[in-house]
Amino acid sequence: MTAPLLIFFVLAALAVLGAISLIVQRHPIHSALSLIVVMVALAGLYLLMGAEFVAAVQIIVYGGAIMVLFVFVIMLLNAGEEERTNSSKLATYAGIPLAVAVAGFIGAAIVRSSGSLAAPAPSGALTSTKALSMLLFSEFVYPFELTSFLILVAILGAIVLAQREN
Amino acid sequence: MNAFLTQYAFLIVPIIKIAILILIVLTVDAYLTWIERKVIAHIQARWGPHRVGPHGLLQPLADGVKFIFKEDPLPANVDKVAYFLAPFITLMLALTSLAVIPFGPQRFTVFGYKTHVGVAEVNISLLVLFAITALGVYGVALAGWASNNKYSLLGGLRSSAQMISYELALTLSVVGVLLIAGDFSLRGIVEKQTGSGHGLLSWNIFPQIIGFLCFFIAAIAETNRVPFDLPEAESELVAGFHTEYASMKFAMFFIAEYTSMITVSCLATILFFGGWLSPFPASWTFTQYLPSLILIPFGLWVIFDGVRYENLLGRILLPGVGAALTAIGAGLIVVPPVNDVIQGVFWFMAKVFTFLFVYIWMRGTLPRFRYDQLMSFGWKFLLPVSIANVVLTSVVILWRMH
Repeated sequence: MTAPLLIFFVLAALAVLGAISLIVQRHPIHSALSLIVVMVALAGLYLLMGAEFVAAVQIIVYGGAIMVLFVFVIMLLNAGEEERTNSSKLATYAGIPLAVAVAGFIGAAIVRSSGSLAAPAPSGALTSTKALSMLLFSEFVYPFELTSFLILVAILGAIVLAQREN
Repeated sequence: MNAFLTQYAFLIVPIIKIAILILIVLTVDAYLTWIERKVIAHIQARWGPHRVGPHGLLQPLADGVKFIFKEDPLPANVDKVAYFLAPFITLMLALTSLAVIPFGPQRFTVFGYKTHVGVAEVNISLLVLFAITALGVYGVALAGWASNNKYSLLGGLRSSAQMISYELALTLSVVGVLLIAGDFSLRGIVEKQTGSGHGLLSWNIFPQIIGFLCFFIAAIAETNRVPFDLPEAESELVAGFHTEYASMKFAMFFIAEYTSMITVSCLATILFFGGWLSPFPASWTFTQYLPSLILIPFGLWVIFDGVRYENLLGRILLPGVGAALTAIGAGLIVVPPVNDVIQGVFWFMAKVFTFLFVYIWMRGTLPRFRYDQLMSFGWKFLLPVSIANVVLTSVVILWRMH
């Protein structure tokens, strides 16, 4: 087993365990912490694939900014432990079969593509930040600008909602 | 044995470097507390620590022993996982952030493995550093929340809000430097400042003075130091987020705080003050001997001060330290190769310690912000000024290109 593959499995296991813990934990803060583990593990996976800029941004934006806001809001609201209820009818009759089906599809896909699992990453080659930004600001400039416009609209919406009525 | 070393050099060399760096940083942290207490004492016309060892020089050692042997009570109804995790996260992230900082220009080969003065060399070291800083909030926020104490919670909340607010200004203030250097790696940024050999005139501080002021203010806020130490404002919140922590766990928060001070000082040195570059033009050969010229008189002064110290221990210890310093200074003149190697590290250390002194100086001089002042200053002043700096720098660069 090569080193990149070993690291891949460690990070993947960490991400999956974090995701399971996110759902199983009863306290919102613990769930949020599990989500941070998932984010950091994903950043490690990006790094393994040679996307160092994306990895750093993943941690800065998701791990740093967004999750800090989550944790901040949970603390501010002083949210306590959640109470468990019986699963609703929708969950029992539609949710569980659907989850099983999705798991089956993913499992089948993994089993079929077992040949390419051995090489999850082009080892050693890093995508330079310069090349990435060149692409972002030339070929993909319209999607990029549209996305930023979308975020701007969302910010304006948040301000309008948060504004006190005079 | 040799074949083994060569084969696993990529693993062994970094581990040795990490061990050396951690040893140095922890020692500097310990003596930084001594320097801080001494400097603040002299600002306030007191003597500061001077009981344990000559001039209180053994005080950090005594503090360390105290931290290890102190009782470590667990408050009732704390969230155990988060309570134990918080100091570890804080310390781990603070120490990790030092890994990407290059301390000198040299590259050398150990066991056939090419390495440099510093632990890791990454293409995007600045972004890695910001990523680690961004995670630093969790330690403080979790400590405040997990302690099951209202004051701690308020401290943690204040800290998260403050760090989110000032992180934006911190990141935006260095964009100007990045535009000038065209490089995310800290080594590349320093090498760009070599310029045409005019010494300090080609440092980034002159075109980026606004960026530097924004960076330093935001960085002080990020490290929770005076005048931005609201998360631990003792007159309002007892001790803020670390009220319920004692013994080694408290020490871990403390070490983390001092380590982040060192990281920020290193970063300011690298980004704006030419890193390991000498402030004098390369043609001035006498600057090669400046480390010796500083060390020898200082060592002689320590000997002179030591022989008339008030107790016997000081009369033995201080002249010994002074003699060692003088000997190192003289040795640097006698052995030119070592002198050449030490140049970069000397200037780097000199600049870092200047910033650390400024940190302490500010603590001795400035009053604490009020919370609403802190927020309006960060969002309504620092952030717009940093953005204006980015726009201004880009316009100038574009104008020069055409």
